Amino acid sequence: MSEVVLIATLASILADSAPIIFAALGETLNERAGVVNLSVEGTMMLSAMVGFASAFVLDSYGPMLFMGSDFAPYLTVAAGFAAAMLAGALIALVVAFGSITLRRDQVAVGFIMTLLAIDLSSFAGVEFVRKPGPSVGHLPIPGLADLPVVGPIFFAQDAVTYLSFLLIVGMAVFFARTQPGLRLRGIGERPQAAFARGTNVVLMRYVYTALGGALIGFGGAAYSLHVKLGWSHRHTAGFGWVALAIVIFGGWDPLKVALGAYFFGALRAAATTLQSLLPAVPIQVFPLLPFPLMILTLVLFNSDGLVRALSVLPVGPRRFLFGLLRSNPPAALGTHFRQE
Amino acid sequence: MSSIAAAEREGWGGRVLLVLGPVLLALVISSGILVLAGANPHATFLKLVAGSFGTAVKRADVVVVWVSLVICTAGLLVSFTAGQWNIGMEGQIVMGAIFATWVGRQFVDISGVLERGSPLVVIAAMVGAGICGGVVWATAAGALKVLGKVHEIFAGLGLNFVASATSIYLIFGTWKQKSGGTLSGTVLLDEQLWLPTLEGVRASPYSLGLALVVVVAVYFALRGTLWGLQLKAVGRNPRAARTLGVATHRVLFSAYAVCGACAGLAGAVLVVGVHHRLIPGISSGHGFMGILIALLSGFQALYIAPIALFFAALSIGSIALQLDLKLDSSLAGVVQGMLVLCVLLVQGVREWRSGRAGS
Repeated sequence: MSEVVLIATLASILADSAPIIFAALGETLNERAGVVNLSVEGTMMLSAMVGFASAFVLDSYGPMLFMGSDFAPYLTVAAGFAAAMLAGALIALVVAFGSITLRRDQVAVGFIMTLLAIDLSSFAGVEFVRKPGPSVGHLPIPGLADLPVVGPIFFAQDAVTYLSFLLIVGMAVFFARTQPGLRLRGIGERPQAAFARGTNVVLMRYVYTALGGALIGFGGAAYSLHVKLGWSHRHTAGFGWVALAIVIFGGWDPLKVALGAYFFGALRAAATTLQSLLPAVPIQVFPLLPFPLMILTLVLFNSDGLVRALSVLPVGPRRFLFGLLRSNPPAALGTHFRQE
Repeated sequence: MSSIAAAEREGWGGRVLLVLGPVLLALVISSGILVLAGANPHATFLKLVAGSFGTAVKRADVVVVWVSLVICTAGLLVSFTAGQWNIGMEGQIVMGAIFATWVGRQFVDISGVLERGSPLVVIAAMVGAGICGGVVWATAAGALKVLGKVHEIFAGLGLNFVASATSIYLIFGTWKQKSGGTLSGTVLLDEQLWLPTLEGVRASPYSLGLALVVVVAVYFALRGTLWGLQLKAVGRNPRAARTLGVATHRVLFSAYAVCGACAGLAGAVLVVGVHHRLIPGISSGHGFMGILIALLSGFQALYIAPIALFFAALSIGSIALQLDLKLDSSLAGVVQGMLVLCVLLVQGVREWRSGRAGS
């Protein structure tokens, strides 16, 4: 592979992974607060539709609304993202209401919302299928984009990709270094103790579930306005499930979650490359391959088999690999909090 | 858990309200969505009824979907009783269909004409193979859960992806038709290998019989056998069950195997009774719909048949909407999902209020 191709591939992996980064980090926020929002697949699907549809509709009224302002294209796309975040937050609030207030099974509520949102996206999105519409514009950063190698990979992207970088760093700092981040970890690990220290566990869980849902919604819009432009039935099929798997793969740690998302992006790029190497295999199979591979990787990393395989190593590297590969879920994940 | 079981503790008035309340709520919300989509809810619902029960052909199509849903849900009841979310059922249906098609293809020539073997034996072998396919796929999910400690939702999802990729590989690769791989699937199997249907419609009395046998068997197995009791014990509290001497691993594996057998049977019936070939996405979401039906039934086998009938009618009726009213057929899924959500939430609100009154 020539250098130019390699740089282009790396740049496209970073750009194509952005929607999964947003969705997986949104779910990380949910789960660190103790709420499993299983609806990611449906939330991404519906918000991808809502995001594109909103931007599409605004675009057709744009000249009137923004009076020919130079910022009109940016505003329509931004409005699409805002609408998608709202949709994501609303679905998350249903999950929060069902599981936190009404104490229903979180998996059941999330699963129902998944199927409901998927069908709702097909039903309501039917007029927008395969219509050309607005999208996020290319935005190289002056100066930085001209750097050799690093420039074209990191700084000749669009706003959504830059935001995904900022979110990774921002969330890592938030969890590790800030007061609210520490309090968030408290309500996911030991809600009773957090409550005793004066945290309003129920309210905070609602807030973080809605915020995480909004991020997942942003991820959905990032798909339809930034990666695979436009809308078609089941446009984001499979990506939400993968995002959910990546949260576990990344051990609820923002940096490792991002690593998992890029690993999935690399798998997708590899599948495209493999296609030219294996002409005998029908091309329809290749886009499907990364999904089972990603989930089976998770299965491997999460299984007891890994523990046994690693036990042959000496203590030092074993401990290091263990810390890298495995981590425990927030202790109160998926449990109901009862205020005593 | 069950709204209907909860209702049995109430008077008749409360019982009717608890069942009808969420149904009405779901109806109102769905109507709201229809109004937003610019459709007339009244006309739409009339069309749904006409589209599902209007003619003999449509009624038979409802039966075809009903058979598949009932078999799947009956299997899911077994895994739910053992406390397992067998989300991998979709993949198990696909594997059942793949295995059944594979056996069928051994007895036909390249254009699907039966070459050897008696049709009855081949059909039986196809159904048997389908069941095996489902069992293999479900046991794999069970092994990942029980031995590998991987959450069954991810094990099942991963295997779903593998199953659908395999079916696409076969349809566009190894098993592609002479004219090339198409979305319409593999070559149509000989008519002698089709389950006999009623005159002029797609419903087969044999598959209907199979569905009834499965749901009755599950009803009695869960209610009146030691195995049913062990499933319940493991589902409620695995640690306590193990302390009391239940072989939890074996019970869990049996739950997966039986659920997979049902999924495989449903997949095989889709091949021998409905499509007569392997098509992409042959499971048509029946496994996921089965989970909704199981949740709605409160995990009671008795309620599967009527709820599945409602779901099947919606699915078939919504096809007419697409043709006549230009509304997307996914409306069926919206109404189904909304209904299950409303039932779950209304039931939660009741418990929440009674909990508040009590404290």
